[in-house]
Amino acid sequence: MPSLQSLRRKISAFKNTQKITKAMKMVAAAKLKRSQDRILAARPYAHKMRGVLSNLSQRVNRTAHPLLQKREVKKVEILVVTSDRGLCGGFNGNIVRKSAEFVRQCEAQGMTVGLSIVGRKGRDYFRRRTWLIRQEWTGVFDKLSFEHAIDIGGDLTDNFIKGTFDELHVVYNEFKSAIQQRVIVEKLFPVDAAVEFGAAQAAPVSAGAYLYEPGEAELLNALVPKHFQVQAYRILLESAAAEHGARMAAMDGATRNAAPASLSRRRRCITTRPGRRRLRKN
Amino acid sequence: MAGKILLEVVTPEKQLLSQQVDEVIAPGSEGEFGVLPGHCHFLSTLKIGELRYRVGDQTSHMAILWGYAEVTPTKVTIMAEVAEKAEDIDVDRATAKVEEAERRLQAGGLPSEVKEAQISLEKARLRKKIAERTRKGGHA
Repeated sequence: MPSLQSLRRKISAFKNTQKITKAMKMVAAAKLKRSQDRILAARPYAHKMRGVLSNLSQRVNRTAHPLLQKREVKKVEILVVTSDRGLCGGFNGNIVRKSAEFVRQCEAQGMTVGLSIVGRKGRDYFRRRTWLIRQEWTGVFDKLSFEHAIDIGGDLTDNFIKGTFDELHVVYNEFKSAIQQRVIVEKLFPVDAAVEFGAAQAAPVSAGAYLYEPGEAELLNALVPKHFQVQAYRILLESAAAEHGARMAAMDGATRNAAPASLSRRRRCITTRPGRRRLRKN
Repeated sequence: MAGKILLEVVTPEKQLLSQQVDEVIAPGSEGEFGVLPGHCHFLSTLKIGELRYRVGDQTSHMAILWGYAEVTPTKVTIMAEVAEKAEDIDVDRATAKVEEAERRLQAGGLPSEVKEAQISLEKARLRKKIAERTRKGGHA
């Protein structure tokens, strides 16, 4: 039987933990609100853009723009989007597991795999593995802005054009609701015709019945790189909102699990024993 | 009537409009273009300019600062960098901006500064024009 004092000490330790987890939950909730507003506002634009691009990719000649090219897939790049901070439940673990699985699949098919990593957590994990980390970005989530998307999108498009890789997939957490995230694996390069989402819009149209203004080349030059920036931005926003949601849920759970209820009961057992009544406090 | 077209206006910040309309006139980079239902497929970049759309005999205006437009027979999608509905524009602020830009343009400076001032003047004038017209027109 533990002594009354050791129980009291334990109870207060639990309470301290609860104070911390509770505060973290509140902070996450406030951040969630902001990042949720941002992703919900950014989605329509990004989805429209994707619709236009997948329509377009059906119609134009793929050689018209270097970013639309389809090559034989020998080198695959995976963009792994994790968070910079931990204490957010399975958020990073899910991403990392899915990515590792995906890497092995690609390797099994004889493709070389490179990794681009966003977020400190993903970097720390993959650094300890043997896989090649081609590029990493950390600390972007502290002050997420479109600049980061331009940076990341620009690097990836440059490397696709240079032939560093023939296909790019992104693994990230999609923000479904405050308490739900979904791990998504999405192909970004090369653009596919209406495989995703755009299906509804992409009514088949006879080629040629399409006007461009200014010319096709100029238009593609303006539109295609922009598309990837917009998508990169969307993905970062998705991940940020999902992260805060995951942390909120994790901290809520932690607060509940740290409840000193059972200890309190044991303490009461001791303090209410005959002869100990005069010690009864709190 | 051949029916209507769906006009959707989105910016990176939000979806501004999704509405069935009769006619759209948009500021294409090669000149304004009008769209009626059944227009052929068309993709264009947009410059700084005014977007007009008509429902019945009611015409509404919107300021567009760059972007893209995709036209299909049943739908017009405007993806603008910045878009503002006429009724959301603050005339006084727009007027102040015009003056400020004019002053900056006169002051001169580096070529890049001059260019910037020209662009912001163009933007401010557009906003002012649209907002004033709406106000005079007694738009609801």
